Parts: sequence; C-alpha cells; structure tokens
Amino acid sequence: MESLIFFLFLLVLGFVLGKRYESRHFASIHKREQEKLPVPVVSFDYLPEDRPVKELRLVTGSVVVSVDYYKRFLAGLRQFFGGEVASYVSLIDRARREAVLRMKESCPQADLFLNLRVETSGISRGEKKSVGGVEALAYATAVVYVDEIRP
Amino acid sequence: MIVTNIDNIPGMPILEHYGIVQGSTIRAKHVGRDLMAGLKNIVGGELKGYTELLQESRNQSVERMVKQAQELGANAVINVRFSTASVAQGAAEILAYGTAVRV
Repeated sequence: MESLIFFLFLLVLGFVLGKRYESRHFASIHKREQEKLPVPVVSFDYLPEDRPVKELRLVTGSVVVSVDYYKRFLAGLRQFFGGEVASYVSLIDRARREAVLRMKESCPQADLFLNLRVETSGISRGEKKSVGGVEALAYATAVVYVDEIRP
Repeated sequence: MIVTNIDNIPGMPILEHYGIVQGSTIRAKHVGRDLMAGLKNIVGGELKGYTELLQESRNQSVERMVKQAQELGANAVINVRFSTASVAQGAAEILAYGTAVRV
C-alpha cells in the first residue's frame, strides 16, 4: 500500500512538474526560434551566394534532456500495447530544437549555417535499461561573409 | 586553423591532403552528477551536468584532432564528423574525425 502511494506521488509529481517544465521550455524555444529566424540553417554544403567569406567555423550545440516519471510510465504502457510513444516524441523534438538554437546562439555574427547535422543518443541511468535522458547534438559550419548586409 | 564540417573551403583551393585525423576522449560521469540526474529523472528537465560534461569532452576531442593535424603540417581540417558511443557502463567515448588539408 505504501509503495502504491509512493508510486502515485512520483507519478503526480512527474506529471505536474514535467508538464510545467515542458510548456515553459516550448515557450522559450518558440520565442528564440522567431528571433533567430533571419539566419538560415541549411543541410547542404555549398555556398548559395557567391560572396567572399571572412570566416568559417565549426559550431556545436548540445543539450541533455531528462525523461520525467510520468512520461516513462506512459512509455511503459505503450510498450505493452504498441504504437507511437507520443510522450517521448515531444521530448526529443524539444531536445533537438534546443540543440539547434544553442548552436545558432554560439555564433551570433554568422550569416549562414551550412551542412547541419543532428545526432541524438540515449544516456541510460544505469540500473534499469530505461532511457534516463536524451542527448541531442547539432553541428554545422558557421559562415561569416565579408560585407555584411545585416547590421 | 580552419575547422569546418563542409568538404571544401570556399575561395581557397586545397593544395595538399594529409588524410584522416581524429581525436577522442572517454569520460565517465561522477557520482554527484548522477545523483542530480536521478532527481531530474522524476520531474524532468535539462541535465545540465551532463550537457557540460559532453560539451567539454567534445571540445577536447576537437583539440586533439586539431593537434594531430598541426603535427602533420595542415592548416585546416575539413568535413569533421562527431560520433558518440558508450564503451562501458557510465562511460562514453566522444570521437571527432576529419580530413587534414593545406589550403
């Protein structure tokens, strides 16, 4: 009985705090994505404009996002019934977008980011085989043109 | 030293190729970080300790790769790729590799 109460307590804690964190994080992602929208990120590796280049630099951005108790519980249920694990989809989406944003923010003077690559890897907590956190890594080549059009 | 993940350097022809250079590091997380991660596993959120750890290791891999390229006499590393693999429980290898060239 006590363990059931403890389990429900963790579940509610995970649900409330996890939800709150996620909605805040999404709000911050949306805001920063709008701010960074004028700087394009592309996944091809040639310069779209024939302009002299001042600087090229490898830039990276990464984040490790943790799974909350409630999401892990939902995923456990999903493994029973099969189908899309929607609770993890939003988690990984958040991690990836955050990684790309951090990459962009690490080089504010860039005019363009070429050849974006995104990688994700699971970081296990050790004891059980479950996913403890997800790392998203984004890397690209930041290009700074010689004559800047943007102020 | 120019480091990029595209396979050329715009406006600069490649004069010489020196082949693949790589740098790697294997890191383990420490107990304090793991404790915090355990708590975060209930409520969700970013594991800042891990983010920093992996970022540090990645920078070190790139430094080692660049050092190797410098020893060969290269002044640029192009087409850099990253890869992460867990080699043991609680330890991860972070590898950076690329092609050393002179431009």
